[in-house]
Amino acid sequence: MAAGTVDHVEAEPEDSQRLATEARDRVRFEEDALALSEQVYRVARHLAGSREEADDLVQETYARAFRSWRSFQPGTNMRAWLLRILTNLNIDRGRRQQRAPQMQPLEANDYYLYDRLSEDGDGISDEQRVVERLSQDDIVTALSAVPHDFRDVLVLVDLGDFSYADAAQILDIPVGTVMSRLHRGRRILKRELAESALEEAT
Amino acid sequence: MMDPCAHCEEMMQPYLDHVLTDEEMVAAEEHLAECEKCSRRYRFEESLRVYVRKAADEQMMPVELRQKLAALRIPLE
Repeated sequence: MAAGTVDHVEAEPEDSQRLATEARDRVRFEEDALALSEQVYRVARHLAGSREEADDLVQETYARAFRSWRSFQPGTNMRAWLLRILTNLNIDRGRRQQRAPQMQPLEANDYYLYDRLSEDGDGISDEQRVVERLSQDDIVTALSAVPHDFRDVLVLVDLGDFSYADAAQILDIPVGTVMSRLHRGRRILKRELAESALEEAT
Repeated sequence: MMDPCAHCEEMMQPYLDHVLTDEEMVAAEEHLAECEKCSRRYRFEESLRVYVRKAADEQMMPVELRQKLAALRIPLE
């Protein structure tokens, strides 16, 4: 990379100093952003429907982030900043048309999955082992079956470690909505998991 | 008076999210200490969260994507 070519002959010393500082800040920003790409990808992978969509989404996110790096305030949470771009891009991709509240599946109660998994497990008493009856594929498939509005919150809070308040800010919805979607989303996830686990058992 | 186990189920998610008030927390713990059924279900939920998280984290970013992202950097003038 052609670093250090700030040799405009007419530039005032303060100008070239300013340009050099800016170049340094930008490179630092880009490096910090790239260091977070694994985490950003993981969120994208579960927000988007497929690997290909996740790839596109992450690339668009970084292209936009690199263009608008000046709007990032140093010292604030860069991961949240990147994920806000990502979530907005994902929503912009015509996902809105998939919103059909009446189509949202009814979730079972919170204990449904445990009851289903443990009932044919001849009294396994170790909850850890009951969980392990689910395969990794079951989990990835079940996550992708959760409707978008619920999945966004679930992915940010349960997989991305964001607080309710951060998720609310990223998705631009009230904290109360984050909580209710999170609770319902978890129940929907468990119902999906129960279904795939039962299919395998038969 | 609500069935204590049904009430405990309602408290499960906020309990595990650490957002209950101290009073609610104490009440939930009192019930969990004496109810094997509820405490098993809480333990299961806790294990499930860790397990889901682990499964989701296994989704590694493709190497080519990492290279594509690095190529998106804006070259210095």
